[in-house]
Amino acid sequence: MGYTAIEKIIGRNVNKKVHAGEIVMTNVDRVMIDDIMVAFVKEKFEEMGFKKIWDPEKVVLIYDHFLPASQVDDTRQFKAGNEFASKYNISHIHRSDGICHQLMPEQGYVKPGDIAFGTDSHTVTYGCVGAFSSGIGYTEMAGILGTGQLWVKVPETIKITIDGKLPSNVTSKDIILKIIGDLRADGATYKCLEFCGSTIFNMSVAGRMTMSNMVVEAGAKCAVFTADEATCEYCGLEYNDNIKELAADYDAVYVRELRYDAKDFVPVLACPSQVDNIHPVKEYEGIAVDQVFLGSCTNGRLEDLQTAAAILKGKKIAKYLRFIVTPASVKVYNEALADGTIKILADAGAIITHPGCGLCCGRAGGILCDDEVVVATNNRNFLGRMGTSKVKIYLASPATAAMTAIKGVISEP
Amino acid sequence: MSDKFNGKVWVLGDDIDTDIILPTEYLALKTVDDMKPYAFSPLRPELAAKINPGDIIVAGKNFGCGSSREQAPEVVKALGIRCIIAKSYARIFFRNAINNGVLLIENDKIQDLVKEGDDIEVTVGEKISANGNDVSINSLPDNLVEILNAGGLVKAMRKRNGLD
Repeated sequence: MGYTAIEKIIGRNVNKKVHAGEIVMTNVDRVMIDDIMVAFVKEKFEEMGFKKIWDPEKVVLIYDHFLPASQVDDTRQFKAGNEFASKYNISHIHRSDGICHQLMPEQGYVKPGDIAFGTDSHTVTYGCVGAFSSGIGYTEMAGILGTGQLWVKVPETIKITIDGKLPSNVTSKDIILKIIGDLRADGATYKCLEFCGSTIFNMSVAGRMTMSNMVVEAGAKCAVFTADEATCEYCGLEYNDNIKELAADYDAVYVRELRYDAKDFVPVLACPSQVDNIHPVKEYEGIAVDQVFLGSCTNGRLEDLQTAAAILKGKKIAKYLRFIVTPASVKVYNEALADGTIKILADAGAIITHPGCGLCCGRAGGILCDDEVVVATNNRNFLGRMGTSKVKIYLASPATAAMTAIKGVISEP
Repeated sequence: MSDKFNGKVWVLGDDIDTDIILPTEYLALKTVDDMKPYAFSPLRPELAAKINPGDIIVAGKNFGCGSSREQAPEVVKALGIRCIIAKSYARIFFRNAINNGVLLIENDKIQDLVKEGDDIEVTVGEKISANGNDVSINSLPDNLVEILNAGGLVKAMRKRNGLD
């Protein structure tokens, strides 16, 4: 009986062969703490009686949810973070560089085979480079900071194979939304989603990030995109045997297998107010929209902005509409400036904001009021997520968002 | 250890996400007590004020899905909820709740046997008695019972560090 990709990653970490269902103590390679949680992590860490962090080099602190501050007390979190970092010698600290889940792979903090945990549920994103990563609470984070370890149950894996060429108006966002709709919001709870097939092989790391980012919306513990040449190029690594060995065995055992033909995908929406409420964009065309949001750790990367720019080039957004664009990091922002993407979006009528989480988590930068409709490229359309509980949030791809911004009504790209 | 208690039931549905349990705008309030009035507010703004210590939440599947915010189980604990009985839990909420000493029971039969306001009896690791019916329940894995018995992960770590 062979091993799945996640069994191999965890097995290498704990230095023995493991199968799904075993509870093991992992040695953590990297942790990420965000600004919402850092003050609570510090409190719990000290309450537990620890005097030093097991390995400060492995800790990354990122300010993104409250940046720039929008409420009176927000900067208290930054102050708490700064104090924590200086007291316990944390040197990896990003105070205004972008969204945590973009920065962790982009800045090289996570590599194939690593085990990483973060104080945010979308920490599952790092599966895009073949790492095992998952979200935890601040109490468990405090425990890791003291011990360097965390217990996990080796998850069962659902294998998802996608082969062939996607239609030109379909992006990786449409794929993951469709899969979440098929699995449902709890269909992968506690499980790993392993993605493979020629469509995945030919997909950019940025496209894979969009998909791994959202697996938690089906309840998954993690995602794995087995590291290949594209991954290694992104991570600045050599594609060697050590990395190749992390691929699943041909006789690995899966709890479930799903197969898709790429040509069958169409642009879809997650309709209010559940991420698994998936319908083709075609069925909802014509619904008037007040605001369009392009950004977040799901779809704020250069290729997302470029996809929107290709549709918006030389055009104007609908007159009454607000179109907010939030690059996922300063690096993305600069790249989009350099290649003219930002200018195309701004000329079309977009408001370009600082990189950060603001609007996606309903904190700042474009929250909405009762009965307004927003088409957004982020990962959650929960009740009250982007303003009041009467805001209607439709999640979509950057292409659908851009076409909708032009027409002012929900429109298929 | 046979632990038995009674409580009044509040009924919630499927997919009660952590944005419902506590919206993002209240996450940075200074104390969990400050957050209490806003618990469940997007779905049922009146609920937090009505919950009394010792009450029990009965919910559907995927309770606690969504973000990793530990304020969610903390606010549930601060309201005095004695335990949650749901068809299933999202994984981060599950870990966070145990780490904060909040008892979670997984059961998919009780939902059809109770309505809001009913008084039910729970015998931990054994059964739930409601309106003349008994429903059997499982116990948690040993490593989790250890954390629960210590009163949460902080207390377990303090013990490890020789403080308590």
